[in-house]
Amino acid sequence: MREVRLSRRQLLHASTTLAGAFAAGKLTRPARAQAGAVAAEPITPALIEAAKKEGKLAFYTAMDLAFVQRLAKTFEEKFPGIGVRVERSGAERIFTRIGQEYGSNIHAVDVVNTADQAHCLVWKRNGWLAPYMPEEVAKHFEPEYYDPDALHITTRILISPIAYNTNLVKAEEVPKSFAGLLDPKWAGKLVKAHPAYSGTIMNATLQTARELGWEYFEKLAKQRVLQVQSATDTPKKIALGERAVMVDGAGYLVIRYKEEGQPVEIVYPDEGTPLATSPSAIFKAAPNPNAARLFQNWMHSREAQQILVDWARQYSPHRLVVEKPGVRKLSEIKLMHEDPEAVEKTGEEIKARYAQIFKV
Amino acid sequence: MTIALPAERTAPTYKIDLSWPILILFAAVLCVLILLPMSWLIYYSLVDRSGAFTLDNFKTLVTDPVFVDPLTTTVILATSSSVICCAFAAPMGWLVARTDMPLRRTVRALVTASFVTPPFLGAIAWELLAAPNSGLLNKVYRAVTGAPQDEHLFNIYSLAGLIFVISAYTFPYVFVLIANALDRIPGDLEDASAILGARTWTTARRITIPLALPALLAGAIVAFLQAMTLFGSPAILAIPAGFHTMTTKIWSLFNYPPKPELAAAASVPLLVLTVFLLRAEHFILGRRGYSVVGGKQGDPRLIRLGALKWAALAFVFLILMCPVFLPYGALLNATFSRVATSFVTFDNFTLHNIHFVFFELSATQLAVKNTFLLGAASATIGTIMALVIAYLTTRRAIKGYRALGFLATAPIAIPGIVLGVGLFLSYARPPLVLYGTLWILLVAFVTIALPAAYQQLQSAFRSVHTDLEDASRILGSTRLRTLRDITAPLLRTSVIATWCFIFVGVIRELSAAIMLFTSETKVISVLIFDLNESGDLGAISVLGLIMLAITFTVVILVNRIPGFGEARLRNA
Repeated sequence: MREVRLSRRQLLHASTTLAGAFAAGKLTRPARAQAGAVAAEPITPALIEAAKKEGKLAFYTAMDLAFVQRLAKTFEEKFPGIGVRVERSGAERIFTRIGQEYGSNIHAVDVVNTADQAHCLVWKRNGWLAPYMPEEVAKHFEPEYYDPDALHITTRILISPIAYNTNLVKAEEVPKSFAGLLDPKWAGKLVKAHPAYSGTIMNATLQTARELGWEYFEKLAKQRVLQVQSATDTPKKIALGERAVMVDGAGYLVIRYKEEGQPVEIVYPDEGTPLATSPSAIFKAAPNPNAARLFQNWMHSREAQQILVDWARQYSPHRLVVEKPGVRKLSEIKLMHEDPEAVEKTGEEIKARYAQIFKV
Repeated sequence: MTIALPAERTAPTYKIDLSWPILILFAAVLCVLILLPMSWLIYYSLVDRSGAFTLDNFKTLVTDPVFVDPLTTTVILATSSSVICCAFAAPMGWLVARTDMPLRRTVRALVTASFVTPPFLGAIAWELLAAPNSGLLNKVYRAVTGAPQDEHLFNIYSLAGLIFVISAYTFPYVFVLIANALDRIPGDLEDASAILGARTWTTARRITIPLALPALLAGAIVAFLQAMTLFGSPAILAIPAGFHTMTTKIWSLFNYPPKPELAAAASVPLLVLTVFLLRAEHFILGRRGYSVVGGKQGDPRLIRLGALKWAALAFVFLILMCPVFLPYGALLNATFSRVATSFVTFDNFTLHNIHFVFFELSATQLAVKNTFLLGAASATIGTIMALVIAYLTTRRAIKGYRALGFLATAPIAIPGIVLGVGLFLSYARPPLVLYGTLWILLVAFVTIALPAAYQQLQSAFRSVHTDLEDASRILGSTRLRTLRDITAPLLRTSVIATWCFIFVGVIRELSAAIMLFTSETKVISVLIFDLNESGDLGAISVLGLIMLAITFTVVILVNRIPGFGEARLRNA
């Protein structure tokens, strides 16, 4: 099995004539679906054994803390003897952290989950990522949800809608659009997350600025917004009633809090809802490579993806995952278009411009 | 003790033999701690990306509004905090030291409590209390007055809010300086004034206050420096309010893409201002000698407040509400409440937060372990270093002791975040990569703690008269045996006090740690800071209370050792 995989990986670098042979190989093994040149791998007893020998892994992620701890706990129960150490922070801070650690030759991260596809572009270019294709991803994910070289896989799909506290906003006053938030009546009542800390917000900022222009943010800055850092903090701030309306943030938390009985409601703005797909990757220099593979594999299995949908109320790229009522289908939401290449190119400029407008 | 054995054999000549090696060893260690990081800091501030000499970083600093605004804000912040601290700490210090106000010992203990409370934890607690809409105090205000939903009494997310919170956790510095100065003023001078016919208030105005004035000025400077170099509280309150201070700006410069050269340049003004103000403080306190001239001193005379003493006590407790009672209450409430900013009732009582922190949050164990390890190691190493240096300087045991004393005191002029930047620039690169290990945090914590520990032990050594040591030497003991049998037992309380002082300091440190941690070397303070980013207030409250519990356990254990309680406050 291992030899097959190696020979196929070499094919990646081979000439076009060899590509035909690769296609033939794919035909002869229909049971093991292929993604590009990297063979898909199931969770095997050998992998579990090897992972248990390592006994731990470090998972850097931008997921909401309660959710990621739940995910880690489920994994630890399923594969006893492998501890998951969660390093949770905003995606942009995770990116900074990994950059700083790798800059000093510290290879502590095993698996990363960021909320900003642009990060994977950078890591891929740096040659930091290890190829790995879990079987279920090859079988049940659309190719748009994984890297052709199997270096990163979209774990979850996030949206950054508007939301409000139902005790603080009357039904007839509910804002319908981003433009509506510029009404003076919302001055001092908005809370917003920051693109220099949150990957979701970095993407949302790029998309909103592209659709509405930077003038939108210049006007918004005059509304005395409460500026928090993480996209997972804005839903908490409106749930507490600290502010009436969140301009951006993790939509899934709003739905979750609403289902818990907290006074929050989501709004899909007329202009379109910003979208951020959230990829995961294994690092080549991972100190626990087998545990990393096992975790990456399991995280994209139907079991984990179902937790993502049922418990965390996020969108899954897994075709077999059953939707749970209460969340509007992605196909029924007017979405803004995600553009990781543009984020990668202009991210620095976006942060600088944002800091100039909002003063932080 | 461990050095006692080999030294006994070489006793007759070791003094000459060891003085240079000891000096060189300690000077080298101190250079690694201080000179290297500061040199890299200055170097970085003077080069561009390619390494060529430039002054552009400083030009940006003074022209770009992105830097000028935080600089202005920081000056306003530090000045206001300093004034407020003096305005409240001075009368409080006077009431505790010179009047017959009841519960004076309790008040001192409570000031210690506010002193050991990490300022960033206080800031988060005050978010729970005084966030304009969800804050508990504002909720109470609306419930009592029937004010509409969008009206509030306090807004903690503002410059005024930040100044308030910083003052609440800075005033102990001023209080301690003033109370100690007043404790030391001899009663004879006041007696003389009274005998000559002055009334109580005249005496206070003419004698007591002028004698305490240098301490007040020194307190003002210390408070200014504290407010200027604090990182946690501004990061928690200023960013939501939409402004930066210098410390948060420096921190944000390490976000991707990192701009270390600008961060280094932005650190320089903090460094220069600190050195300058400390020189000023030294100058002011240096002139205070006249106040304690004279032979035997009478005890300070307590002024009878009469009925006013209850008003005074109310005033003092009102002040102490801000750093102690209200924030601790808010944290306790958030720990057991389903919604962090709702009052605990039977309906929303929960143990979920505690369960989450202890059984689900995977970072807890590592952070607590790291914190304990670093606290104990820094305290032990710092105390030993301070002990040796204090001994060498007070007994003038070796040549060049002055240089040692200077180096041990120098870190006091380096703000935590500046040290963090300097250490990061020095040790995140070959040849010596300490970044990513606990060592770099250890270096930072020892450096930060050394000046205070050194001063504390130096004064302890001075209080042990050399007569006792000389007697022992004359009776035939070696120098080290004398140290073991005579000096060490006499110093024991001070040494333990110093150890605890460093330990508590390490637990509440954030500004250097935030620059130096990696995911594997996280400490509780950094964990709390990360949790604040995502607004997990319940978990923060639990961790904060754990942190306070550890701190108070240490402080109380030490307080049971006779004489420590006061010693700590005096030297804090």
